[in-house]
Amino acid sequence: MKSSVITFPGSNCDRDMDVALKKFGFKNKMVWHADAELPKSDLVVLPGGFSYGDYLRCGSMASKSKIMQSVINFANSGGMVMGICNGFQILVETGLVPGVLLRNKYLEFICKNVFVKINDKKNKYFKNVDNEVLEFHIAHNEGNYFCTNDQLKEIEDNNQIAINYCDKNGKIEDQFNPNGSLKNIAGIFNKEKNVLGMMPHPERMIDTSLSGEDGSLFFKNLINNLK
Amino acid sequence: MIVNEQVAVDHGLKKDEYAKICELLKRTPNITELGIFSAMWNEHCSYKSSRLHLKKLPTKGKKVIQGPGENAGVIDIEDNDAIVFKIESHNHPSFIEPYQGAATGVGGIMRDVFTMGARPIANLNSIHFGSPQHKKTKNLLRGVVHGIGGYGNCMGVPTIAGQTSFDSSYNGNILVNAMTLGLVKKDKIFYSKAAGLNKPVIYVGSKTGRDGIHGASMASASFDEKIEEKKPTVQVGDPFTEKLLLEACLELMAGDSIIAIQDMGAAGLTSSSIEMASKGNLGIEINLNKVPCRETKMTPYEIMLSESQERMLIVLENGNEEQAKKIFDKWNLDFAVIGKTTKSKKIELYFDEEKVADIPVNTLVENSPMYDRKWKKAKLPKKNKIKKEDIKHLKIIDVLKKILTNPNVCSKEWIWQQYDHTVMGDTIQKPGGDAGVVRVHGTDKAVAASVDSSAVYCWAHPLTGGKQVVCESFRNLISVGAKPIAITNCLNFGSPENEENMGEFVECVQGIGEASEYLKFPVVSGNVSFYNQTKDEGIKPTPAIGGVGLIKNYKNMITMDFKEIDNLVLIIGKTEGHIDQSLFARNILDEKNGPPPEVNLFNEKNNGETLLKLIDNNLIKSAHDVSLGGIITAVAKMCIKGKKGINIKKPKYLINEIEYFFAEDQSRYIIEINKKDFKKVADILHKNAVHFDELGTINKNELYINDKTKVTIDELSTSNKSWLTNYMSK
Repeated sequence: MKSSVITFPGSNCDRDMDVALKKFGFKNKMVWHADAELPKSDLVVLPGGFSYGDYLRCGSMASKSKIMQSVINFANSGGMVMGICNGFQILVETGLVPGVLLRNKYLEFICKNVFVKINDKKNKYFKNVDNEVLEFHIAHNEGNYFCTNDQLKEIEDNNQIAINYCDKNGKIEDQFNPNGSLKNIAGIFNKEKNVLGMMPHPERMIDTSLSGEDGSLFFKNLINNLK
Repeated sequence: MIVNEQVAVDHGLKKDEYAKICELLKRTPNITELGIFSAMWNEHCSYKSSRLHLKKLPTKGKKVIQGPGENAGVIDIEDNDAIVFKIESHNHPSFIEPYQGAATGVGGIMRDVFTMGARPIANLNSIHFGSPQHKKTKNLLRGVVHGIGGYGNCMGVPTIAGQTSFDSSYNGNILVNAMTLGLVKKDKIFYSKAAGLNKPVIYVGSKTGRDGIHGASMASASFDEKIEEKKPTVQVGDPFTEKLLLEACLELMAGDSIIAIQDMGAAGLTSSSIEMASKGNLGIEINLNKVPCRETKMTPYEIMLSESQERMLIVLENGNEEQAKKIFDKWNLDFAVIGKTTKSKKIELYFDEEKVADIPVNTLVENSPMYDRKWKKAKLPKKNKIKKEDIKHLKIIDVLKKILTNPNVCSKEWIWQQYDHTVMGDTIQKPGGDAGVVRVHGTDKAVAASVDSSAVYCWAHPLTGGKQVVCESFRNLISVGAKPIAITNCLNFGSPENEENMGEFVECVQGIGEASEYLKFPVVSGNVSFYNQTKDEGIKPTPAIGGVGLIKNYKNMITMDFKEIDNLVLIIGKTEGHIDQSLFARNILDEKNGPPPEVNLFNEKNNGETLLKLIDNNLIKSAHDVSLGGIITAVAKMCIKGKKGINIKKPKYLINEIEYFFAEDQSRYIIEINKKDFKKVADILHKNAVHFDELGTINKNELYINDKTKVTIDELSTSNKSWLTNYMSK
């Protein structure tokens, strides 16, 4: 399986993503934001970080960079595109997934483990994951998902919510919401579910010495689903 | 502007220093030259009050590749890998403008590390605030934490450990010390020594603005009521540009075109150019019209003294300019050839085709003032005798709960959750343990780092306190299973012109020197911050020690959380019952006098090295050093972290329970072992003449003392975690 990770100026989880993808069998290429063409890929990842220093609005400048037109075309033709953290912020700025990401409710950066409940498994990202709940890791300042009532209705009707913040038993309640996200939303799909944006970083949970191993589970499953 | 003695005094120079400048130049300096002298001769850059004493520190060792004098120290961690590290203060700016002050402190220290070719892999910090009741404390704490996070998080470098304390002596002068570790290949280390004639001198990074002019001079003076007016001397950071600068520099460093490189830190273009020239015994000529400026009509004086951030000066091998420029263009950074190296051994500056400065380099560096300041030796205070009636009503569990909510002991999760501590995917021990640990990417090795200070001990007796901090750092590294290699120090003191403050400095340095010599734990880099003083009121002496150690196989790393029910808990090291200057004495008995606990360097080394042997033999399940709050506090923290309880049986000692549980005797560790390993462990400890006591057995979730009093771990955990969160949300 071939993957591409885009490096924007200010990306800082690009290497971590490269390490994770390779560990689970992807042949990964790093792609510079100023390039025009995407290499042939089965998966394109927009990594975490602070593209363009979060200036103007998180993700907004990166969403206009040269490579993004190719990424958008790739997504619109059904290609798998995953945005993690700042990558999710870039995705909402391109409009590939609906909504916006506001500043965290308590106005503070949060770095910690959280639990997320998988809401939908009829997609290539979470199909065949046995667990209902995964332990993931977040590190962000602007992860507070928000959208209009109409958008929310559409998202819910289409089952576009990918994961919600919850407790270890899968209970989705306000007290388990780390950043004030609407409906505890931690990640969403586009309508076709080939594009996923999520705040948690699965690439930081890929061996027992790190924060946990549910990231390994996610990537192993992902590559199998793509085969 | 006409330069005279008064103008020099306004620049922070002393009258006799100004006379010396005129004598060295054999003329009156112009205003640009005076600015340059004031920047180079202030305390912050010249170390004029401290140099004499710093020379006495042990700086060499088998693992030391580079000691003090470069941008940062470098140590060998085998297999052609090396760690570059340093700690630096940003105290004065952080008090004036906490967010930017702290942020640029973090940015500055990271630059020091990647200037040497190393990719930063971990950040740490030591931050100290006034009393929690003081009206400024909360905002300063919030601003500093946001600033540290704002910069470090954006750079994508994990903040893996730190230290936060509160003491009313910091009411008017907070301390913000930032430390960075970087990883480099031993044969790809870059230095700041210029070499060769007519080599291009290149400016890269951000443009120069009017921010931070005289920042280094501001940091070399005491505060008074007009401090708010100094806000413009605080630099403004842009971590995004620094991230680009990091990547661009590392890309250029992959080739071999760089002769020398130096970041523009304190005193900006002035100190960076002079440092490179001085180390290379050369001259440098700069055309200031070529310096990329952010603002219009900047004068030579402003360009030379600006402390705009995210800038570097490079001496390049001829003919590589085009290739190098391409890299900086790719990262959208300024790149300008601004001058060349010369044989004149002078700094010669041109602006609008006029020579605006002409100063021999040695007058700025070797001939800079050095003072043997008067200092007062501290007496060892007399021991207090605890009166029985003062303590007989105290219940151990109640005192423990009080101690766990003490601002200096309570959990600092509210702080470190705001720092990205997991980016780069190699953090295997997060903040909140004895030391932070990161893997050396792609290898079995890991590097442990911790930062420590004990201002109360240093204040009570500077010599003992100085020794103690080094020992504490040693202990914290050993507690995670790392072999201590070297330290960096950040020496935060009051005014060197005050004999008592100067005495504190001299004796703390002596203590640091003695301990690091004995423990073979040399000082490879550091920084001195004097004048942490508002009017006549100085801070408690606060040398902060950043220690670095190596774990050969990261799978053998130790953490402090209790692991398994029925395991045995022992204390390594002897408990004598030293209560003076303990958290217990100061906060529970309100007794602020008396000597700090004694430091026995033989025991320190022997106990630590023996524990490492036990770890090497896979006999240790968890470990934690005993520090503030004594045995019971250490054990309670291990319970909280491991979500387990313990049945404690106090050994039959001559001293009473209070002394036994709350004393802060040094060189002690709590360890958890499997019962079946007891004989093996005891044998190793006996063989190495290490004293130990059996303390108790791990249980499910309660802390029992002598089968009588008990408390649930949940209750202790809540007390420990709630203080800071509650304080910050009020």
